[in-house]
Amino acid sequence: MQFKRRDFIVDASFTAPAPGITALFGRSGAGKSTLMQLLAGLEKPDAGTVELDGVRLYDSAGGIDVPAQARRIGYVFQDLRLFPHLNVDGNLSYGLRRAGRATPRIPVARVVELLGLAMLLQRRTWQLSGGERQRVALGRALLAQPRLLLLDEPLSAIDAARRSDLLPYFERLRDELALPMILVTHRFDDVVRLATHVVLLEAGRVLAQGDLPAVSLRSELGALLGPDGVGAVVEGRVESVDAAAGLAAVRVGAGRVLVPMESLRAGERVRMQLLARDLILATAPPQGLSVRNQLQGIVTGLQREAPHNVLVSVDAGGVALLARVTEAAVRDLQLHNGQELWVLVKAASLRSQRM
Amino acid sequence: MSDAEFEALDLSLQVALRSVICSLPLAIAVAWLLTRRRFSGRALLDAFVHLPMVLPPVMIGYVLLLLFGVRGPIGHWLYQHFGIRTAFTTGGAALATAVMAFPLMVRTIRVSLENVDRGLEEAARTLGAGPIDRFLSVTLPLMAPGILAGAVTAFVASLGEFGAVITFAGNVPGQTRTLPIALYSALQTPDGGTEAARIALLSFALGLVGLFAAELLARGLRQRLGR
Repeated sequence: MQFKRRDFIVDASFTAPAPGITALFGRSGAGKSTLMQLLAGLEKPDAGTVELDGVRLYDSAGGIDVPAQARRIGYVFQDLRLFPHLNVDGNLSYGLRRAGRATPRIPVARVVELLGLAMLLQRRTWQLSGGERQRVALGRALLAQPRLLLLDEPLSAIDAARRSDLLPYFERLRDELALPMILVTHRFDDVVRLATHVVLLEAGRVLAQGDLPAVSLRSELGALLGPDGVGAVVEGRVESVDAAAGLAAVRVGAGRVLVPMESLRAGERVRMQLLARDLILATAPPQGLSVRNQLQGIVTGLQREAPHNVLVSVDAGGVALLARVTEAAVRDLQLHNGQELWVLVKAASLRSQRM
Repeated sequence: MSDAEFEALDLSLQVALRSVICSLPLAIAVAWLLTRRRFSGRALLDAFVHLPMVLPPVMIGYVLLLLFGVRGPIGHWLYQHFGIRTAFTTGGAALATAVMAFPLMVRTIRVSLENVDRGLEEAARTLGAGPIDRFLSVTLPLMAPGILAGAVTAFVASLGEFGAVITFAGNVPGQTRTLPIALYSALQTPDGGTEAARIALLSFALGLVGLFAAELLARGLRQRLGR
């Protein structure tokens, strides 16, 4: 769809799979929030179409424009927008009463339990802490029985300590409600933690989109993240845990990666980012190192990075990885396409996210 | 306090109450039009609404007489179809005070509407509320302190309206002789000095209580909104 206001242009086309969380990722001013407003029907595209579950919500050519109040698209605004004249209970039931269903698909009791709102129902909204306000806004949007939930920087208003309190709520929503969600964020760790699908935006245009591991290899993402943020996102399954050692073994492609166990259990699917700067390449299987993880792979690409670095693409048993080494290292090891090598990564440098 | 003074007080309160109740919905509608709608003639409507603030009240009364008098276009029509007479009645006094207090009311309500966060209305939209629903369930409650303030200010101002009332509704004891007109009449009477003083004191107390009550109510409402 296309949208233009003065010199600001959004011209984007993307698909969000359902269920799952699609992250719109980009710098501020990239048009993320505008895209959300176009989806919700709060702004009107100049041209294009918006479709949800195969139903046209907007079609400039066909003259279709379903009003926002009839789209059933939940919206958690960056500034939350709780109603100050209603208490928490009144806020929560606002959308529910207008959803027009005798038996809601997402019932009140479930949302109250899922978001831990039981103690807050009679409070006024200004008596809530930042995290509580966030949960109420989320609950209010959910109870309107949406078919799609839009989350605009849902964690931006919250300090770092509270973020980790709140993230599990989003994970529970993702896992338990099977509700498609679109998440706007400018933090890549939120993307890695929550999203299954990513759309990269810059200056109102889509740079890349696809599932997270694929997009994580794109150089366009690297440009957004900066050199220290570049790294392949890989997904795998926890094969076993060694509680005594505090390590979990994760099957990633043909290889196995040891990661800090944290709260992981065998059988769970996890996702992690292997930062390019953390990976070490070796042309022979090394010995006598503290490094826990050695993955065998083949060089599939070499890309020069300013000023004297090279980003090496490696296929490690069906899993694509990125490793940053110096030009000098490439020369000394005579790295070239198709070369077999070992990728080393410290278990302690990894953080895995449950999917 | 004499019976006549009590009658004037009672009448003043009735006139002011009727004037505020009847003009409030219109004032909200006009405030909404002026704040939220862009239409040709908006500036004209804005100026028209504010005219009573700058014109002599006697002139407003005179214009009302021309329009609503038994031979005026509106007054004639009202009398023919409904048998309603406005000039020189209590209803007429209420009409005159309503016109005079209208700009005051619209101004206050307009400010409160301008302060309503449009984002909250957008949120209501995404939660399934249509335009009228949105206005009633979000906009209006958020405007409530301003509407209340506007109504009370208009009420208190209505109690004191003189020129338009005496021109349009006259000085009929028990019908249109409100406190300020009773005060004026007392001053016109020989030996009316003490009566005039009592009415003046009464008006003073009434105005003070009214403004004080308005402030308290508005404060309470704002507190509910967490401001």
